Amino acid sequence: MFYRESGDFKTNYADDQQSFPIKLDRYAVWVLLAFAFFVVPFFINDYWEKSVLVPFLVWSMAALGLNILTGYCGQVSLGTGGFMAVGAYSCYKLMIAFPGLNIFFVVILAGIITAIVGIAFGLPSLRIKGFYLAVATLASQFFLIWMFNKIPWFYNYSSSGMITAPERTMFGIAISGPSAPSWATYLFCLTLVTIFAFIARNLTRGRIGRAWKSIHDMDIAAEIIGIPPLQAKLSAFAVSSFYIGMSGAMLFGVYLGSAEPGEAFGIDKSFLVLFMVIIGGLGSILGSFLGAAFLILVPVLMKNIMVGAFGWPADLAAHLELLFIGALIMFFLVVEPHGLAQLWRMTKEKLRLWPFPH
Amino acid sequence: MKIKQFGAALVAATILATSVPVAADLTFPMLSYRTGPYGPNGAEFADGYADYFTLLNERDGGIGGAKILTPECETAYNTAKGVECYESTKEGALIYQPLSTGITYQLIPKVTADDIPMHTMGYGRTSAANGKVFSHVFNYPANYWDGASVIIKHISDEEKGDLKGKKISLVYHNSAYGKEPIRTLEELAKKHGYKLTLIPVDHPGQEQKSQWLQLRRDRPDYIIMYGWGVMNQVAIKEATNIRFDMSKFIGIWWSGSENDVLPAGDKANGYKAVTFHGVGDDYPIFEELKKYVKDTGKAAGDGSNLGTALYNRGMYAAMLAAEAAANAQKIHNTKDLTGAQMRDGMESLKIDQDRMKALGLEGFGPEISVTCANHGGPGLGAIQQWDAKAKKWSLITDFVESDRSVIDPLIAEDSAAYAKENSMKERDCK
Repeated sequence: MFYRESGDFKTNYADDQQSFPIKLDRYAVWVLLAFAFFVVPFFINDYWEKSVLVPFLVWSMAALGLNILTGYCGQVSLGTGGFMAVGAYSCYKLMIAFPGLNIFFVVILAGIITAIVGIAFGLPSLRIKGFYLAVATLASQFFLIWMFNKIPWFYNYSSSGMITAPERTMFGIAISGPSAPSWATYLFCLTLVTIFAFIARNLTRGRIGRAWKSIHDMDIAAEIIGIPPLQAKLSAFAVSSFYIGMSGAMLFGVYLGSAEPGEAFGIDKSFLVLFMVIIGGLGSILGSFLGAAFLILVPVLMKNIMVGAFGWPADLAAHLELLFIGALIMFFLVVEPHGLAQLWRMTKEKLRLWPFPH
Repeated sequence: MKIKQFGAALVAATILATSVPVAADLTFPMLSYRTGPYGPNGAEFADGYADYFTLLNERDGGIGGAKILTPECETAYNTAKGVECYESTKEGALIYQPLSTGITYQLIPKVTADDIPMHTMGYGRTSAANGKVFSHVFNYPANYWDGASVIIKHISDEEKGDLKGKKISLVYHNSAYGKEPIRTLEELAKKHGYKLTLIPVDHPGQEQKSQWLQLRRDRPDYIIMYGWGVMNQVAIKEATNIRFDMSKFIGIWWSGSENDVLPAGDKANGYKAVTFHGVGDDYPIFEELKKYVKDTGKAAGDGSNLGTALYNRGMYAAMLAAEAAANAQKIHNTKDLTGAQMRDGMESLKIDQDRMKALGLEGFGPEISVTCANHGGPGLGAIQQWDAKAKKWSLITDFVESDRSVIDPLIAEDSAAYAKENSMKERDCK
């Protein structure tokens, strides 16, 4: 009944190739975006901003980045935390070095710097594959964190090694720093994520995306049919690191406001993003968002239910939360190994035939 | 999908809205942690903090007739969760004591913007002692650099005033917390002529074999430790394994709790730590705590922690907050307080020994007087030593002053750097 294509005629190629070919899908996305851009900013408060929406957007960006590399191009990476740290520290150094620079460009530049670092660490992927590549990227994680701990230039020689984001603006409105209004930081992150999710969606549907997918399926075959693995793999590393770097810059500059390398960008963050991608769905843009929502929002929701509504002790709730999240992850992986995005795809198929499945 | 997620968030919001405290209560939110690798230490502190406020509610009906609320939020020593906890509890909050240097750094700009004071007793950003730059952050009665200086003073006393050519190693938690004393120890090394080696231990510190191998090779004369949680236990055990003289192994106050030394058993005998308050439960207040809190079953946790080092520190932190609140009520002549009024109460806080005696804590801590320019208090520290037979800490020195000639310039320098990074001007303090 829903999602019927019949009657929805496409009379030119542009219509046929648009991002959301099904009319209902397209309308849903527009309504959602309109709601997010024009309704939410009027009602958002500090709690919603700092605990729910901004973390969700920041981690969605990181998941998008890793999904390009792991989901589309098939290169397993455990260096996400390290690359986020590169983004955060470049963001910090740029903020200090160019106080007048618009923060939008700071975040983009931080992403570009991370992309360059990502290419350097992506070079081994030309020679090694699978688990061995995972180990090589793991080394980059440890190396980068060690470097940010060791070299005082990165944290401006502060006695504690912490970096703190000063106030930086866009169109005269503070985006980083403590006095930044909630709606501004939210809209800033939302705009970036919307633009780059759209770009990612189209990148993965185009020539470059097809090259990535063919490398993912079988790299030798891809090479034989004329796809240069050097370009395909390194471009995947570059684009992926660009996204991850931007998310690191937003995590530090907009969301947390200060960070230290070991705690904010440790190995557990690399795994967190990898779990988001796996649970959300490998090789799916929607999956990146669903995975981030699952791992960032569900714990907050559970805490609010258990402590806020039932009045349970905070420590008991924290333990139960770990237990439930673990159980839910296993449940979803057993029920649908291809992730939440696949679950959604199946639902859509069912809805098409509903209520007459035969 | 999206709808589901928004629905979920919506539920969260309605739940949140119902948990906002009613007016006319004094709210002291607790950003505590009872889980994770730092849980055992965090729980003792949180119990002490909560129990003291329970005592005030039960015995005196709160502070100045206003009831006290202590909503608890679990941070697991994690900065992102700390931010979430802060945002969910800041409505009507009077003071924050997050018990984590990482969370403190996160919150310094936020509390200043939201006009809520933060008290980081013996942790946090040391240069917050400069009240001219950090208007809303307090770290009386002592800070990390005072601790480092008092430890060096004690070592110097042991060595009869001559530290030339001595080797001292710092084993530290590789985070903002552990790195804080490095500058001070380096400056002191220049002054006293000892040789300092730095040995970082990464979070959470369960694995320290390579560090202790290096220490075994270096054979330092003294080891100083800035550790927390499971790292302390492991370090003390490893020190006994290499048969290091425990009386030459000195921890900061966060490496000086019962949890840290008990796992090493008898071999931990003689281990030392610096502290800024009294030890044990030999103070009249513990009678009251037993009568009003423990025996009535209102204790936070299981009530078995009374008198442990960290419980005492949590109770001390709560006591200082309560005194500041009473002071604020007096200044502003009101029962209900706002964060700004609480801040004024903290900034003019004076506690002398007569007041300590009235509180049932005679000799528990030094006299405190906070001013607009000095948020750091007196900076006194004493050395406590572990007796493994009696399973007890005891003070082996008096409370001595830290080396102000080294620390004050460092505080001025670091706070000036912060002011410059954030393009701030120093406040005028009359």
